Amino acid sequence: MLNFALRRVAVAFCVAFTVAVFSFFLLHLSGDLATAIAGAESSAAQIEQIRVQFGLDQPIATQFVEWLWKAMYLDFGRSFYFQDQVTTLIAGRLGVTMTLGGLSLGFALLIAIPLGVLAAIKRDTWVDRVALTISVFGQAMPSFWFALTLILIFAVNLRWLPVSGSGTWQHFVMPVIALGTYAMPAIMRLTRNGMLDVLSSDYIRTARAKGLRTGTVLFKHALRNAVIPVVGLAAVQLGFMLGGSIVIETIFSLHGLGHLAWEAISRNDYPVVQAVVLLLSVVYIFVTLVADLLNAALDPRMRSN
Amino acid sequence: MLKTSLLCSAIAATLAFSPAALANKANDTLIYASDSDLENISPYHNNMREGVILSHHVWDGLVLRDLATGKYQPLLATAWKWVDPTTLEFALRKDVKFHNGGAFTADDVVFTVNYVLSADAKVVTKQNVEWMAGAEKVDDFTVRIKLKEPFPAAMEYLAAAVPIYPKAYFEKVGLEGFAKAPVGTGPYKVVAATSGQGVKMVKNPAYMKDSPKGQPKIGKLEFKVIPDGESRVAELMTGGIDWIWRVPSDQADSLKAVPDVAVLSSETMRVAFIIFELHSDVPATKPFQDERVRKAVSMAIDRKAMVDNLVRGGSRVMDAACFIDQTMCVQDTVAKYSYDPAKAKALLKEAGYPNGFETEIYAYRERDYAEAMIGYLQAVGIKAKLNFLKYPAMRNEMYAGKSPMTMNTWGSYSVNDASAFTGNYFKGSPDDRSKDPDVIAWLKEADSTVDDAKRAEFYGKALKRISEKAYVLPLFSYSANYAFTKDLNFTAQPDELPRFYAASWK
Repeated sequence: MLNFALRRVAVAFCVAFTVAVFSFFLLHLSGDLATAIAGAESSAAQIEQIRVQFGLDQPIATQFVEWLWKAMYLDFGRSFYFQDQVTTLIAGRLGVTMTLGGLSLGFALLIAIPLGVLAAIKRDTWVDRVALTISVFGQAMPSFWFALTLILIFAVNLRWLPVSGSGTWQHFVMPVIALGTYAMPAIMRLTRNGMLDVLSSDYIRTARAKGLRTGTVLFKHALRNAVIPVVGLAAVQLGFMLGGSIVIETIFSLHGLGHLAWEAISRNDYPVVQAVVLLLSVVYIFVTLVADLLNAALDPRMRSN
Repeated sequence: MLKTSLLCSAIAATLAFSPAALANKANDTLIYASDSDLENISPYHNNMREGVILSHHVWDGLVLRDLATGKYQPLLATAWKWVDPTTLEFALRKDVKFHNGGAFTADDVVFTVNYVLSADAKVVTKQNVEWMAGAEKVDDFTVRIKLKEPFPAAMEYLAAAVPIYPKAYFEKVGLEGFAKAPVGTGPYKVVAATSGQGVKMVKNPAYMKDSPKGQPKIGKLEFKVIPDGESRVAELMTGGIDWIWRVPSDQADSLKAVPDVAVLSSETMRVAFIIFELHSDVPATKPFQDERVRKAVSMAIDRKAMVDNLVRGGSRVMDAACFIDQTMCVQDTVAKYSYDPAKAKALLKEAGYPNGFETEIYAYRERDYAEAMIGYLQAVGIKAKLNFLKYPAMRNEMYAGKSPMTMNTWGSYSVNDASAFTGNYFKGSPDDRSKDPDVIAWLKEADSTVDDAKRAEFYGKALKRISEKAYVLPLFSYSANYAFTKDLNFTAQPDELPRFYAASWK
């Protein structure tokens, strides 16, 4: 297990490094940074001064090493646009995004796993059909449309929930449902298929033949095996939700990381874009790593390959 | 039975915790929302309309223009006189305090003027200040502003775009500190400015007693950034916010049916126009170096139909490159392009594009207007791809010569003089993409004389040339649709500057 874990961690580091290289160089391909920072009405001398001040006159490899070195200490420099350090900006927005992502995944799992198990047990009955319908809807509905529909029903007509902002827990209800619904179908279908595979396997038949209670067979023997691929998928979904919640964050005015990234991109705010790309990638890599290790703990067969 | 009662209590709990609707009158807090955050709250360091609003609530200038009479009224100054054509002397109020308690004196005026003129200040819209040469103190409450050359619109700029900063505080905290905790003399003081979210203000209890702005009536004011238009409307309908603007006409129509909401439409000074790129090496911009292509575009777009069907609410078609009611926006000699797609096609053929060409259009607001124009251009063979960006990013692309056509808008900083428009777009600044040396010379001449007849002559010449060469295509004035809670007394002005200090609860 230790050996496996070490190998996984090493791979994760390599991926993180590659992402850092990409996020650094891609942005440097998009034009002369010194001119961008100096602004339109600056003289050649001012641009030159900024080039030296920001170290942009150094060879690009030196710049990269310096940037990476500072990045390891979470120093990403200053935002060109906002009057603030990038780290401060991100710290201020991280909480909202993490809360939204975590709760949404929780919501998705809470609905998807029981529904998936139920659909597998009651295969080809109306229960299975209802579950299928829900998952098709969840997958097919554009999230912005679903979000606006939620606002119309629960905020405008029923007045139960606030429309936008992030002040109280009520503010998170609709965004979590909107984002979670998008992640739910895949988890549910995977749970259902996993359960179907497992339920038809020999050891379940043996377990039943031993006279174990149905509940024990389902949850102790079957679900544990069926849920293994779901752990991996959930990790991917979490990474996706942290980075991909831009639409939901914009509609509900949640000033999180996705929204910050969008603002930074549309304003050519390179330091912020670089930092957000790197940070989200590292989080993504980290959850994937955790999922791998968790899978290995759940299923000893995974450790050997 | 148990389940039902659980469900009921869950709903009851939700209801108990949900915010009471339309509570803001009760809280004496007016929340207004807009889509864009400011790059910097300091009025000299952004060129967003949201910034102009804050500027007039948190800061004061030396004078204020009376909208009804057009006369200037004393604000931070009590009296003024022209010592000579390039020297303005102001006597200042003696009883004014900044929000942090510091006393207002001539030092603050001298500091503000000299700071914004320095290269370090990096003022975003130089047009607003660069007519001044500097300021000097005569005594503690008398100050002289020196002009570079005679400038007839001086008072207009002082009233609209030169807020006074506190010298001692600004020098202590610097621009960065000032942006986070700004201090002024205005009717409202800032208590919190959070990047990306908005600004919270409270009534300034020590606001000067006989200010022409009047005393603020509403206790707390909050500017909230809500990027999504639908969310803003939903927030207004549920009482989460009290005031929105720039409501699209179709949404304004449906909001009129909402019982708690009032809708107000009026024309504004903001003018939409297309800037053509004339001097770039970027291939996509090449066709527009030909005058005939620019004229073809001017005739291909049915501006009247856009005004009648899209913009509506008091908007008008513009022909001169300024707002029609601005002083010196000379109309009668400019070339007017009426909608004529056949002629546009003929001009394109003449210019060597019988089958049209592919190009790009850049825009930053009202995607639907840009899309309508793309449709019109398509009909004469010009296939334009839309690049929809945030304003600062779009401006950078234009400055780099990458934008063949830029759909821009300009509200003239609410300055009621054509120089506030032409000065920014035709006097050689980076926003000037035509850089016609004659136009630049004429505008310099016009901007530096106090003789109205001579000003009219030179503005007329410049505007005539701009229209004949079709350097830009003026489109239309904007109409502003405001929607707000019926609890609010609010009146709109054509200068697109909502005055919340004059608003009150019913």
